[in-house]
Amino acid sequence: MSNDHQTNNNSEILVKVEGLSKKFCKDLKTSLWYGVKDLINGIRGNTNESLLRPKEFWAIKDINFELKRGECLGLIGHNGAGKSTLLKILNGLINPDEGKVTIKGRVGALIELGAGFNPILTGRENIYNNGAILGFTRKEIDSKLEVIIAFSELEEFIDMPVQNYSSGMKVRLGFAVAAQMEPDILIIDEVLAVGDLGFILKCFKTIDTILPHTAVIFVSHSMPMVSRICTQIILMERGCAQFQGDDVGKAIDLYYTRFASNQINTVFNDGSIKLDKVEMLGASTHNDILQLHWKDDLRLFFRFSTINMEEAPIFMVTIFDKEQRPVALLEPNVLESNLIIKENSIQFTIEHDNLLLSKGIYAINISVNSAKTKEPLLRINDILNFQVIHETEIWPPFLLDSKFINQ
Amino acid sequence: METHIYKKERTIKIGTLLKASLRDIYKSRFLSRQLAERDIKAQYRQSYLGILWAFIMPLTTALVWIILNSSGTIKLSDTGIPYPVYAFSGTLIWSIIVASINSPIQNTMASKGILTKINFPKEALIISGIYKLLFDSFIKVILLVILIFAFGVGFHWSLLLLPMALLGAIIFGTTIGLFLTPLGLLYKDISKLITFGMQFLMYATPVVYAIPPSGIMKTIMVWNPITPIVLTARDLIVGFSPQYLWYFIIVVAVCIPLLFLALVIYRISIPIIVERLSA
Repeated sequence: MSNDHQTNNNSEILVKVEGLSKKFCKDLKTSLWYGVKDLINGIRGNTNESLLRPKEFWAIKDINFELKRGECLGLIGHNGAGKSTLLKILNGLINPDEGKVTIKGRVGALIELGAGFNPILTGRENIYNNGAILGFTRKEIDSKLEVIIAFSELEEFIDMPVQNYSSGMKVRLGFAVAAQMEPDILIIDEVLAVGDLGFILKCFKTIDTILPHTAVIFVSHSMPMVSRICTQIILMERGCAQFQGDDVGKAIDLYYTRFASNQINTVFNDGSIKLDKVEMLGASTHNDILQLHWKDDLRLFFRFSTINMEEAPIFMVTIFDKEQRPVALLEPNVLESNLIIKENSIQFTIEHDNLLLSKGIYAINISVNSAKTKEPLLRINDILNFQVIHETEIWPPFLLDSKFINQ
Repeated sequence: METHIYKKERTIKIGTLLKASLRDIYKSRFLSRQLAERDIKAQYRQSYLGILWAFIMPLTTALVWIILNSSGTIKLSDTGIPYPVYAFSGTLIWSIIVASINSPIQNTMASKGILTKINFPKEALIISGIYKLLFDSFIKVILLVILIFAFGVGFHWSLLLLPMALLGAIIFGTTIGLFLTPLGLLYKDISKLITFGMQFLMYATPVVYAIPPSGIMKTIMVWNPITPIVLTARDLIVGFSPQYLWYFIIVVAVCIPLLFLALVIYRISIPIIVERLSA
């Protein structure tokens, strides 16, 4: 990428999408028949009205955005929200039914790695096959061959048929070729999920170097990655942009609340103890979700009913983030906590001051074990969801209170 | 910087589309070659008989007819040249035509996986198909030449013109195939129909027997546009002056503009088909 490219084009719009809509058909036979009709209309150059025909629905409806060099647009949403369809239109694979896409520059798509690989040919031969499909000339591939092989770290196996490669190795080789593209616009779909951690990190390092002088469109279900690289975001739902803007954190929260199931999920129960009530004290409720501010005190109230239990069991409360990673365990009760069972009922509060969890949505799981034998009595997931409010979005689960002092 | 605009096409400009199509063919010349090379290599690397398969079908068809004829099971009119040469040359040329008709659909279908994921010049699929046809035809011609000498027909200078006739066969087949491709990608029935139809059409073409001197079959065979292709090629092989040369030239001359039209239609159709394939 030449230098003048970077300087004079900072505000230049590379991708412009206006009123984009696309319809799909739910039924195969009907879809094929509409295909025939579209073919005839396409060839005659006549345009039927963009109304929905029977059994059709809008896979994408009225999407608008602009993307400049150096910006990265994140597309998030549930499966079937229309993200991949949008990518296909942006990549020029299918035509929109309404609206217009204007794309300036070379488009590189990391949608399918290793396209054109033939399983019985060797890795080296397939570098040429894949490279040709990505638009390289033979000379370009010749000159980049060593770099590609080195990047893929497959020197030892490069003359082995690709069918004997593991799926991770294939992705490595595919990415190594794709990494040689010098696109103005880069489209990334969920391709990097395969491969081992070392390779994923390597991929992101490469993408990081491409980012500043490229307009990137990134589809992912991995919110940490989205929040790491995106400057703009569209949350899609049923083909529409449900949220759009540069407040990436807000879109991610919205995305997560869609998943907040509020479904109490009993994983294990031996029948000796039952959860009657759980409550978060001092929390406000907003949009059906409990909210705490950063550094608020966490107060959880529990009431259980027990059957023939003499000694209080051990209660372990775990906090999970929305990626289902456990982030913290509240210190369990010990003998000295002196929890008492009264009339087959036990109730208590757990207090934790100064909650330093970072902004986001969390879920609480509880497991109850017998104090003596340590054997599990009850385990419930998602007994409670709550949100921590703070102005800045960070990805580590804790934002620890700190001071900076001149020395 | 190149700018692409994707929207619903309001008007079709055949000239512009054809120009774009031809430009893409030129730009993707390496891709076409690479794809052809890939498929040919892969095909032969995974088989011991390899090249044999290219002509085993026409060979067996010809053998069946040779046996039928020599055993007196059926009585064929005199062909003017040794019957085995007549039958072999007929079935070989026929197999080239059939392969050319099937090639565009097969090649595009085989790349379905990439078509729905990556944007590349789709014309390369057609061109790579033609490369593969040329390669296959080349092998078939070598076999044919061996047979000619084996049966004492000998060398004629006209044999050097055979590639022109075969090119005509490929152009004719590709044109037909390319017209059928958009529909053939949507419905599998089309490929089946081609196989089915070509089986019958073979008997309406002087492949394994000559045109009868009179009757309805004569009219059909004389007008059949594949007849001049088969006959011209065969005449060039055995050194006769080609009787149907003019008809051959007309067929090819009509096919070339039609081929361009088919290319334009193909270009328009691909996005519509990709949508249905991936939907």
